[in-house]
Amino acid sequence: MINNPPLKIGIASGKGGTGKTLLSTNLAAYLSLTQPTLLVDLDVEEPDDFLFVRGTTQSITDQYKMIPVWDEKACTLCGICSKTCKYHAVIQLGSIILVFKELCHSCYACSELCPAGALPMQKHKMGEIKTITSGNLTFIESRLNIGEEQAVPLIHQTHERVEKTHGDIPLQIFDCPPGTSCPVVASTRNVDFVVLVTEPTPFGLNDLRLAVETMKEIHKPVGVVINRYGIGNSDVEMYCREAGIPVLAKIRYDRRIAELYSNGQLVYDKIEDMQTSLDNIIKAIQNVVRKN
Amino acid sequence: MSSERINEIVILSGKGGTGKTSIAAAFSVLAGEEAVIADCDVDAANMHLLLKPDFAGSLDFFSGELAVLNQDVCIRCGKCADVCRFNAIPFIENQYTISPLDCEGCGYCEKVCPSFAIVMKERKSGKVYTSTIKTGGIMVHARLDIAAENSGKLVAKVKKDAKDLAKAGNKEYIIVDGSPGIGCPVVSSLSGANYVVLVTEPTMSGLHDLIRVYEVIKRFRIKAGCIINKSDVNEAQSREIKEFLLAEQIDHLADIPYDSAFSSAMIEGKTVVEIQSPRKAQVEEIWKQIKIITNKNNTI
Ligand code: SF4
Ligand code: SF4
Ligand code: SF4
Ligand code: SF4
Repeated sequence: MINNPPLKIGIASGKGGTGKTLLSTNLAAYLSLTQPTLLVDLDVEEPDDFLFVRGTTQSITDQYKMIPVWDEKACTLCGICSKTCKYHAVIQLGSIILVFKELCHSCYACSELCPAGALPMQKHKMGEIKTITSGNLTFIESRLNIGEEQAVPLIHQTHERVEKTHGDIPLQIFDCPPGTSCPVVASTRNVDFVVLVTEPTPFGLNDLRLAVETMKEIHKPVGVVINRYGIGNSDVEMYCREAGIPVLAKIRYDRRIAELYSNGQLVYDKIEDMQTSLDNIIKAIQNVVRKN
Repeated sequence: MSSERINEIVILSGKGGTGKTSIAAAFSVLAGEEAVIADCDVDAANMHLLLKPDFAGSLDFFSGELAVLNQDVCIRCGKCADVCRFNAIPFIENQYTISPLDCEGCGYCEKVCPSFAIVMKERKSGKVYTSTIKTGGIMVHARLDIAAENSGKLVAKVKKDAKDLAKAGNKEYIIVDGSPGIGCPVVSSLSGANYVVLVTEPTMSGLHDLIRVYEVIKRFRIKAGCIINKSDVNEAQSREIKEFLLAEQIDHLADIPYDSAFSSAMIEGKTVVEIQSPRKAQVEEIWKQIKIITNKNNTI
C-alpha cells in the first residue's frame, strides 16, 4: 500500500445544494477513522466544509495572483499594453494607464511586451489557504476573497499546494465547485474518479446530464450518488441505467439528516445506513480505479 | 402605472439548492405577460423545465479567443510555450500543440511567434435563446458550452436582451434567476437590478453563504429582501438568519416551511403556484408584497 499513488476522488454536481458538502465531509471523516485522509474544499467561492470539520488550525497562507502595476515615470505612453491585453484589463486614458486587477488573467503579456519596462508584475492577494488537522484527517480550505472574480487561479494554486505538501496522503477527497464551466474542470482534472451528487428530481436530472457531459469532455470515470432519495421520481435512475453510469449509493431523504446538517454536524455516526452507503461508494471507486 | 422604469428583480441564493429557481419560476408564472424572464443561471439552467419555453430564437454566443497553431509554418522554436503562463502549449510527439481546455486566449503566444504560425480565433462559448413561455410571457435564456469560461459575459448578454425586450414590449418587470457564487456571473446578474430577493435555508452553510453573497450585493447598494425556505428544519438557525436580516435592514419577506409541494409540482413540470397546496397562496402573497416594495422604491 505504501508505494501506491494516492487515490484522488472529486465530488461534484451540476448545481450546488444537492449534497456535495454532506457527502464530502462525511466520507472524509468516516474514512479518516481507519486511514490518513485529505479533504480539500475547492468550492472557493462558497467554501462550507469547514462548518463540519473541527480541528486544529496548522497554517493560514495568503494566496496571490500577479498583476501589472504602472510605473508612471518609466512609461512612454506608447499604447502597446492596452492594445495587447485581450481582457481590457489595461487601458489608456489620456496620459494615464489604468489596470483593472479583477479583469487581469495574469498572462504577463503587457508587462513583458512593454518596451519601457513600465508595467512590472506585482503580487495581489486573492484569497487564503487554510490547513486544519483533526486526528487522521487533514483538511485544506481554499477561499476566494469577496470582490475577486476568478476562481480558477486559486484552484490551480490549491492543487499545487496539495501535491507539494500532502501528496503522500493515500486518500484524497476534493469537494469541487458546482457547475459545468472552467472552475469544475480545473478542480477535477487531476483526480482519478468523480462522484456526481444529484437528487431524484427533474432539476437534479437536468444538472446531472450536464455534469456527465462535462466529465466526458475531460475523460473522467464517474459514478452517481442520489441524495434525498425518495423525494421525487425514478428518472435519474433510469437515465443512469441507460447511460451505463453506476449508481454508487442512494441516500434516503431523512429529516434527521437535514436537521443535523443544518447544525453543522456530521451524520455518518448518527444515521444507521450512512456507513454502508459510504463503504459502498469507496469500494466501487477502488474497483473502477484499480481496473483502469 | 407608469412603466417608464422597469423593475428588475433578481432572485439569488449564494449556493444552489435552496429553492431559488422554483421560487423565481413561480414569480414568473404569476407575473405572466407583465414580465420578461431572464435565466442567468447559465451554468445550470433549470427554469426552462418549469416554464416550457419554445426555444423559438437561438443565437450562437462568442466570447474570448482561442489560439490556433498552424503546424505547416511552425519552426518548433518553443517561444510560444515559454511565454504561455497557462501551460496550454505542451510539446507532444515532436510538435507544439494548443490545448483548448487550458488556453485562456490571452494572445501572448501569437505576439511572440517569429513565423506567424499562431492566430487567435473567436471562441464560441454558448447559445442564447429567446422564447415564449407557457404563460405567453417572454423569456431569455442561455446555455454555456461545456467547460467554457463563465466570465459573466453570457449573463450580461441575457440581461441586455431581456432589458431590450422589456423596453420594446413596455413590460413592468424583469425577473432574473441569478447565478450562484460570488464571482463574475453574479456581479453581471446584479448590475442594473432594483431589488434582490435572497432565497436561503436555515442551515449554518445557508447563513454563511447568505452573508457572503450579501457582501457583494452591498457593494451595488441594491435593496434586498429574503425568503427563508424550509424554515422549520431548524428554528434556531432561522432565528439567527432573522437577526442578520434585521441588522442589515434586509426585508424579511417570508418563512416557507418544508413542503413536498415544490418537488411534486416540479415532477409535473409546473411551478408551485400551479398546483393545489398552501404554498400557492403563500407564494402569491410574497409576489404581491415584492410588487408593492419595488413600485414604492421606484416612485421615490
Ligand atoms: S506599454 Fe509600457 S510604455 Fe507603453 S503605454 Fe504601456 S506602460 Fe507605457
Ligand atoms: S497581465 Fe495579461 S491579463 Fe493582465 S493586464 Fe496584462 S495583458 Fe492583461
Ligand atoms: S493564447 Fe495565451 S493561453 Fe492561449 S496558448 Fe497562447 S499564450 Fe497560452
Ligand atoms: S513560437 Fe511559433 S514557430 Fe515557435 S514553436 Fe510556437 S508556433 Fe512554432
